[in-house]
Amino acid sequence: MNKTISIDGKTIPFKTGQTIIEAATAAGVYIPHLCHNPDYKPHGSCKLCTVKINGRNCSACTFPATEGQEILNKTPELENDRRKITQMLFVEGNHFCPSCEQSGNCQLQGLGYYLSMKDNHFPHFFANRELDASHPELLIDHNRCIFCNLCVRASQQSDGKNVFVISGRGINKRLTVNSTTGKLKDSNISVDDCAAQICPTGAILKKRTAYAVPIGQRLYDTKKIDEIALEQENKE
Amino acid sequence: MKKFIQELCEKNNFQSVHLLTILRKIQTKYFFISKEDIEILSNLLKIESTQIISVVEFYSFFHLKPRGHYDIFLSDSITDQMLGQQSLANYFAKKLKLQLGQVRDDGLVSLAYTSCTGMCDQGPAGLINGYPITQLNKARINTIVNLIETQTAIQDWPRSIFTVNDNIYKTDLLLHQEITQGEALKATFNRGLIATLDELKQSGLRGRGGAGFNTAMKWQFCSEEQSSERYVVCNADEGEPGTFKDRVLLNKYANQVFEGMTLCAAIIGAEQGFLYLRAEYLHLYSSLKVVLADRYEKNLLGNNILQKNINFNIEIRLGAGAYICGEESALIESLEGKPGIPRNRPPYPVVEGYLNKPTVVNNVETFLAAAKIAIIGGQAFAKIGIKKSTGTKLLSISGDCERAGIYEYPFGTTIRQILDDCGAKNVLGVQVGGPSGTFISNQEFDRRLAFEDLATGGSFIIFNQQRHILDLVKNFTHFFAHESCGFCTPCRVGTSLLKKQLDKIVDGHGSAGDVVALEELCQLVKNYSHCGLGQTAANPILSTLQRYPEIYQSKLKAISYEPGFDLNASLATARQLANRDDSGAYLAQVEDE
Repeated sequence: MNKTISIDGKTIPFKTGQTIIEAATAAGVYIPHLCHNPDYKPHGSCKLCTVKINGRNCSACTFPATEGQEILNKTPELENDRRKITQMLFVEGNHFCPSCEQSGNCQLQGLGYYLSMKDNHFPHFFANRELDASHPELLIDHNRCIFCNLCVRASQQSDGKNVFVISGRGINKRLTVNSTTGKLKDSNISVDDCAAQICPTGAILKKRTAYAVPIGQRLYDTKKIDEIALEQENKE
Repeated sequence: MKKFIQELCEKNNFQSVHLLTILRKIQTKYFFISKEDIEILSNLLKIESTQIISVVEFYSFFHLKPRGHYDIFLSDSITDQMLGQQSLANYFAKKLKLQLGQVRDDGLVSLAYTSCTGMCDQGPAGLINGYPITQLNKARINTIVNLIETQTAIQDWPRSIFTVNDNIYKTDLLLHQEITQGEALKATFNRGLIATLDELKQSGLRGRGGAGFNTAMKWQFCSEEQSSERYVVCNADEGEPGTFKDRVLLNKYANQVFEGMTLCAAIIGAEQGFLYLRAEYLHLYSSLKVVLADRYEKNLLGNNILQKNINFNIEIRLGAGAYICGEESALIESLEGKPGIPRNRPPYPVVEGYLNKPTVVNNVETFLAAAKIAIIGGQAFAKIGIKKSTGTKLLSISGDCERAGIYEYPFGTTIRQILDDCGAKNVLGVQVGGPSGTFISNQEFDRRLAFEDLATGGSFIIFNQQRHILDLVKNFTHFFAHESCGFCTPCRVGTSLLKKQLDKIVDGHGSAGDVVALEELCQLVKNYSHCGLGQTAANPILSTLQRYPEIYQSKLKAISYEPGFDLNASLATARQLANRDDSGAYLAQVEDE
């Protein structure tokens, strides 16, 4: 007999070793997330995928599914708190959606839409972040980094490199590039690396491609992030 | 420089798990860790330079820019503040002719604040080149400034400057007398390992770090894991502001602590143990090495311990300034030479700990108690205390009382009794368990020391009627923002937002709705953070807001919206640039009604 968990009252099968988010995605249930990508080892840091398992908050991307778990996901309380966590990410960095090349293709923005975020709610940090345009084909705008660690993992796990690391502590975290100058141009990143494509926001961008698709016709302009995530993550 | 680092790496077998040890030596010798050093290390240890940078930037006592040759840190615990640390810090800075937080131009000296250094019973305290200075006053500061200006080598300074007292005021089962060296191990071997684990079960001993997990269960889980290697780790990263009992235990009862670790190793089948010692306790390092050497000599450590075919070694590893490393999985990361970022659980350390092998991590006091239980048996221990909290608990008592120091109490003792014993008068309230614990008011002194009521890792800070609640809340809230590792969003951003929002209210810029917003933020940080740090970071605000809502409300302005900053003060730069000082260059915060 198949083992199952229940998410918002819906019975969902799972295989031993699957995390809650893996079981949910396979069953067509979307759990909001930013630092999670099924191709990489789960990180558990953004906390947007927090669900209530038998009354206790857990990260769905790292927590293993076990028989009989009663899970709450799309409740007003969780959605409200996820909106606030998203707002935290917005005020921590400097995110100017209207002038951002990634607008419409950005998961942070897409999640903001999905969670009906109308303002930033919290006071801004106005962090002093740099822009690294040294690389001929790639650009890092540190203003938009949300420390999801995906570029770090992609570089290690897919590209067999170690181009990025997150250093610093607390609110002073920063994305650090592995090169003698700390600049991207002196690193061994290549434009075709997974690490160069993976950024969920507009922090790492390919130069001269920003407006290939006009604003208004982009990914999250046409469909909501839940639909897109389920489509993409259920491929193969 | 290269030769020094080469030799250092050789001594540490070119293993990156020793990165903190290596960086500590470089920091001490050169007063910072340079880019060149990082490149050399990266080549020798075969790890990426960014990995080294991430470690340097994570720990408070590593620096990418040079510190003074005399590097001074002043403890910023609330108890230090209550003893007048702020005016002493200003005096110190003035005498040294530098700005607090800066390195003096000649590079000779630097002065900055650091989180609690574990000397709350003898503050105001600090550290000079890693060594503790206590009971600071103007006379002591004058002496220190003189020694610095004459560039006297630290080893030639009067010993009295570095005196650390144990201040034990009340002993019970554990502190009354240290066990005879080897006694617990002999008792364990005579009774048998499984039978001793049974005694530990019967004792009901729970972890003394504060969380209170059943110790026998932890050891059993670890021993049941299929693995060729296991580890025992003693958590001496006593970072909770207001606790200093582990400092005293490691100074006076180290033998018993090491014995507890050794019997744990025998029971779970571990051959390697670590004492993770917080950087602030560097002064204990050499005496602990002497205790270890003695135990090796007496065959209580090393190979074939007491001819029982058991091998166990203990290594001391020093931290480098990070409160979060008291969290067991962060501690393990730090032991592996990484930034102290708590891991995802499951798996728990008993399944995948140090180098992903089953690992028991216990508090200093837990090992101390375990050694005692091995001798007296589980029943004798369990009959002390109360139902779910057996045995005794060590308290580090500080703040407004006549005798700050170490007190040992059976669980179940009332707060009133404790306050009487240490000579506390006109008490406003007590912070039980440190900033991550609970603030209780003077209406709650019949409450008890117990996991069922007031659980504590041992911090016990007393405040008298002259103190202001918001001063301590501010100190604690800033502490958490400073110590957040930054891994997860709710804690990284949330603790800094808490600091902003609390300061807004305390500084008189709050208006209707700001206290509600503060409380909402508290719940968010508490409910969504990755580890215990974030989950408790809002406790100082939540526990005082619950007891003294009027104090928060009284800080609010009666208007519906107040900017979170001082408008007029923010215009100072503009006035200076425009060279204006007329009345039109000054703005009122709000329109007069």
